[in-house]
Amino acid sequence: MTGPDEPAALHATELGFGYRARGDRALRDCGFTVPRGRITALVGRNGAGKSTLLHLAGGLLRPTHGRIRVLGTAPDSAGARTRVALLTQDKPLYPRFTVADTLRMGGKLNASSWDRRVAERVVREGGIALSARVGELSPGRRTRVALALALGKRPELLLLDEPLADLDPVVRTEIMATLMAEAAERELSIVLSSHVLPDLEQTCDWVLLLRAGRVELSEDADALREGHTLLTGHVDEEPALREHTVVHRRRHGRQLTALVRPRGPVGGSWHVERPPLEEILLGHLQDGAAPKEAAA
Amino acid sequence: MEGDVVEYRIDRQSGIPAYVQIVRQTEQALRMGVLQVGDRLPTAKEVVAATAINPNTVFRAYRDMEQAGLVRSRRGLGTFVTRSLARPGAEDDSPLRADLAAWVARALAAGLERDDVLALVTAALDEHDEQHEHDPGDRGRKQEDA
Repeated sequence: MTGPDEPAALHATELGFGYRARGDRALRDCGFTVPRGRITALVGRNGAGKSTLLHLAGGLLRPTHGRIRVLGTAPDSAGARTRVALLTQDKPLYPRFTVADTLRMGGKLNASSWDRRVAERVVREGGIALSARVGELSPGRRTRVALALALGKRPELLLLDEPLADLDPVVRTEIMATLMAEAAERELSIVLSSHVLPDLEQTCDWVLLLRAGRVELSEDADALREGHTLLTGHVDEEPALREHTVVHRRRHGRQLTALVRPRGPVGGSWHVERPPLEEILLGHLQDGAAPKEAAA
Repeated sequence: MEGDVVEYRIDRQSGIPAYVQIVRQTEQALRMGVLQVGDRLPTAKEVVAATAINPNTVFRAYRDMEQAGLVRSRRGLGTFVTRSLARPGAEDDSPLRADLAAWVARALAAGLERDDVLALVTAALDEHDEQHEHDPGDRGRKQEDA
């Protein structure tokens, strides 16, 4: 679907950002590439830099170090502004507008690319009346209206900052279904930050994992699944793990459980399981997980 | 030619990749005769709108099945079943099926539960495999290891 020469959805080199007031850097030395056409899970603990990264990609912030490109151009270029949509956590909507007013405003702000049918379909799929006032909608429905604005713009890259936060499981699935259906129909790259790891299991095919302002993983989701094993065995077997990257280990009495990225066959006697994506992400996020470089 | 004949159910906790689940459920539907030659599979968009899974997963499953010669995609029209996996005897109204339904009713009446019934069927199949040891299969090999 995408040729190798096509510019990546996101490409960052030595990207860093510091909020002046805080002194420390929210992001540092981030270098990564997210290919086009992917549905990317942006994961990290609170304060890891997810929102900052999305704001940089959306052109709302400018890097203090290095650079980031979206679809091959600078995030604050005119081209990027029409081809990229960012939905921030505060979902800026006017509470006193009706849904119809809101969509009309979306049309005016994005005259060149606006697709009213898409926007109205997204709203309709949530059973929302066009005459309803935005301020009176439930959080799930407000998210849907904000999403309708973003999708009506027909972006090539959609950046979503915690779109699923505060939503019940049914609404989360419905919103994800709408996003996936949109991505099935045309070339759309999505980067979505979330804490709800199970929701990402079957939806995301690329993972961007931040840890304390650095990129720890930027990888294909299936490659991650195939590259990790979950080992359970006697603590005496632990030396066999020395040649491998141990992402996370837990001792309980004589039992050792380790999430490992093997570099070749693992010696010793272990019960071997293939962990689900959720468990791999959790392993990388947990305290005590080995940082990328220091593992060797 | 009908669309709308299968609906995929994705188990997110199973650890089985979603594309494998789609392939297996399609094969199952073909074996049961629920899907027949000429039927149209749901479009990727229909599948993801119902299951909220990644569309690339559906494309991959359909591609795999096309390579296996089960389906063929026709540009702009959809993906169509080209081969049946139905075996005589697996249809809803077959005598084998009726025998089994009667047996299941007896087993349940005798106080067996679902898992007991499944275990019995598996045991009977295993026993049959052992008696006709033409193909040791996976299960046979594991027993040798133990």
